[in-house]
Amino acid sequence: MQELINRAKELLADGTVARVLGWKAGDLPYNPEPAYFEKEEDFADFVYNGFCGANLSKYMIEASKLEGKTLVCLKPCDTYSFQELIKEHRVDRDKAYIIGVGCKGKLDIEKIRAMGIKGIKSISGAEIEDEAETLTIDTIYGEKSCAYKDAMLERCHVCKGKDHMIFDEIIGESKETKDADRFAEVEKIEAMSPEEKFAFFQKELSKCIRCNACRNVCPACSCRKCVFDSNKFDSSQKANVDSFEEKMFHIIRAFHVAGRCTDCGECSRVCPQGIRLHLFNRKFIKDINELYGEYQAGADLEPRTPLTNYDVEDAEPGIVAERG
Amino acid sequence: MSIEKNEEFRPKIVAFCCNWCSYAGADLAGSSRMSYSADVKIIRVPCSCRVNPMFILRAFERGADGVIMCGCHPGDCHYTSGNYYARRRMTLLFSMLDYIGVENGRTRVEWVSAAEGAKFSQTMHEFVDKITSLGKNVRLEDLRCRN
Amino acid sequence: MYKIAKENLTALFQKIAAEQELYLPVRNEGQVNFAAWSEDAQVDIDTLKTVKSPKDAFFPQSETLYTCVRDGKKINIEPEALKEQDFVVFGMRACDVRGVEVLDKVFLVDPLDTFYAARRDHGTIVALACHEPEETCFCKVFGIDAAEPAADVAAWLIGEDLYWKALTEKGEALTNAVADLLTEDAGADETVNKEKDAIRSIVEQLPYTHLSLEGWNGDVLMEKFEDPLWDELYKPCLACGTCTFVCPTCQCYDIKDYDTGKNGVQRYRCWDSCMYSDFTMMAHGNNRKSQKERFRQRFMHKLVYFPANNDGMYSCVGCGRCVEKCPESLNIVKVIKAFAKQGGEK
Repeated sequence: MQELINRAKELLADGTVARVLGWKAGDLPYNPEPAYFEKEEDFADFVYNGFCGANLSKYMIEASKLEGKTLVCLKPCDTYSFQELIKEHRVDRDKAYIIGVGCKGKLDIEKIRAMGIKGIKSISGAEIEDEAETLTIDTIYGEKSCAYKDAMLERCHVCKGKDHMIFDEIIGESKETKDADRFAEVEKIEAMSPEEKFAFFQKELSKCIRCNACRNVCPACSCRKCVFDSNKFDSSQKANVDSFEEKMFHIIRAFHVAGRCTDCGECSRVCPQGIRLHLFNRKFIKDINELYGEYQAGADLEPRTPLTNYDVEDAEPGIVAERG
Repeated sequence: MSIEKNEEFRPKIVAFCCNWCSYAGADLAGSSRMSYSADVKIIRVPCSCRVNPMFILRAFERGADGVIMCGCHPGDCHYTSGNYYARRRMTLLFSMLDYIGVENGRTRVEWVSAAEGAKFSQTMHEFVDKITSLGKNVRLEDLRCRN
Repeated sequence: MYKIAKENLTALFQKIAAEQELYLPVRNEGQVNFAAWSEDAQVDIDTLKTVKSPKDAFFPQSETLYTCVRDGKKINIEPEALKEQDFVVFGMRACDVRGVEVLDKVFLVDPLDTFYAARRDHGTIVALACHEPEETCFCKVFGIDAAEPAADVAAWLIGEDLYWKALTEKGEALTNAVADLLTEDAGADETVNKEKDAIRSIVEQLPYTHLSLEGWNGDVLMEKFEDPLWDELYKPCLACGTCTFVCPTCQCYDIKDYDTGKNGVQRYRCWDSCMYSDFTMMAHGNNRKSQKERFRQRFMHKLVYFPANNDGMYSCVGCGRCVEKCPESLNIVKVIKAFAKQGGEK
């Protein structure tokens, strides 16, 4: 982390960049927030640890409109989102100085809480330099510990890899954290009967409180005005009405980002109700891979995405019924 | 004297038809006096590519029991390639509907040219039969619209 | 003081639910939220904080106000009936109870919100003391005692027993209704007092307990409003509605029409969030055009505008839900601290 701070200060001092977009330490051991650093003394609060899960690509949309370059710290998975945003002309590559930061898997405080750990005073093992396999958590109710792996975000278990897709320089080592099949959950649902599928999603989505966090955090959801925010559109944008509305919102949201979604997992990370929103995105990704060839959004700068492209030999929609 | 109410299930079916081929096909069916079910309500769109996935979901939400989209045959699109894009979109959407547990068969895509009045009529017959056998759509319906 | 063994709680719930509606924390797909009780509901009263606050019981996220149906040349307006059924909310916490008091200040003053008032009339609150407060709790800052909730019935979950003490007339009535399941316990006071002391000593150790609200009151409106600090604070905000929707005191709502087809319109109201771009949208446009203004609104409302209009009562209760749930880890505590830090530097 110190190397990163030094380099950032250096680039700030020589005028290469006008500001640094990174994370500021929170007031609890696990709640750093995205922040801009413009002066050398600001860096006292700079932090980069296991809890810096936020994908800063989205903030670059706004930062691209500012005067001068912004140094942005991107984890390997964040660079996919950034590249996708370049493709869509939502960020300006020339306004960004990308430092690819190493990542050894990001932590999910909700997972730690779900283990019954509460009253947290401090957490050790979450620093980026730590090689620790376990987290030691000091709480009001005694010292607890858990495996680093068990506290990782779901997305890190299906990590896309250690490579940064786009960067100006790389600081820090990344670690392979993948230990699960990305489509395993999707396949499990596909194997269910229609009744079971319906019941599954009914239960999962009945939790939705329409806070729109999934949409607002999503780097692919970069429309200036979302269709769901239109008051002419007769949707229950803010009301959870326990009818088809929630499902429609999530299907359409996933559809709008289909072919552009890099599977960065931010939607599932931020959902206050722990809805596994990636199940929608991954279904589209799986279908695209199977029907139109393997595709990873954000892996290249090829402008045509699967849904803005076609092949005369494409499968007919009837295939859905045929494969059963 | 009272009129006996017909309680038999009649499905509500929405058909999105492209202006250039399928809508003309429906016209031909009509002018050739080929019948198709009155349960089918046609919505004319400029191109099958105009059909936003939201239209389909909205139709279901508002009480449709089946939705069919008809466009020009692949290769014959008035705008060259609209139906190719539509084909991908609908494939993914139908797959998603299947994934969330909507019965297969409530949605369909058929390519109908302006010369295929008979195909239009036959397709609609088939689709109405299929939906009648599936019964009322309850999984995608908005309960507020029921009254 | 009464008590009931934990294992008999199901019987208690059955008994209450036989006469009235019963809402309590229920676990669904890994998340605990207040929901109506049913035989197969997975009741979870050990989890300290439900994701959403229990304000839904009195002020639901969405509710229909009336329905218009066209009948030939007439329009029939069918108003939604007010709540007539008595109900019990079991398992609220001291902070949530204060949250309801805050809502009272908004909805039970002129003009009276009849929907809310009817629910308040028919609702009885059984609140649990917080056995194990968490690091995100800061109710003490607002003078709330987590060890002794001020509800209709206060309850303490200690070991294998639930201790039960009616505090109001409604609470007495509920106690009488379930009296045959409760046993009088003469030694209970001592056990409960011990528990209260234990809770209070834990609360003292919580990191946010000694947060200072100095400088936040109804008289600092312009000074705080114009503070340049807001230009920095709002930046990480995503403009989602998480903080407002999990909050026990956020009371803003929007009224909208839903076209039900067949010549009908349903007018409903639903919670609104000051973080949303269409918040207080009017014909002329929007009052608060930037996210900075919307972000500022939330904290100014809780810490300045509300106390200015309600004898100094803050409309934050320190439940810490926003602290836990904000996607980017922003929250009211960070805002208060940022101002305090700036004050120190000046």
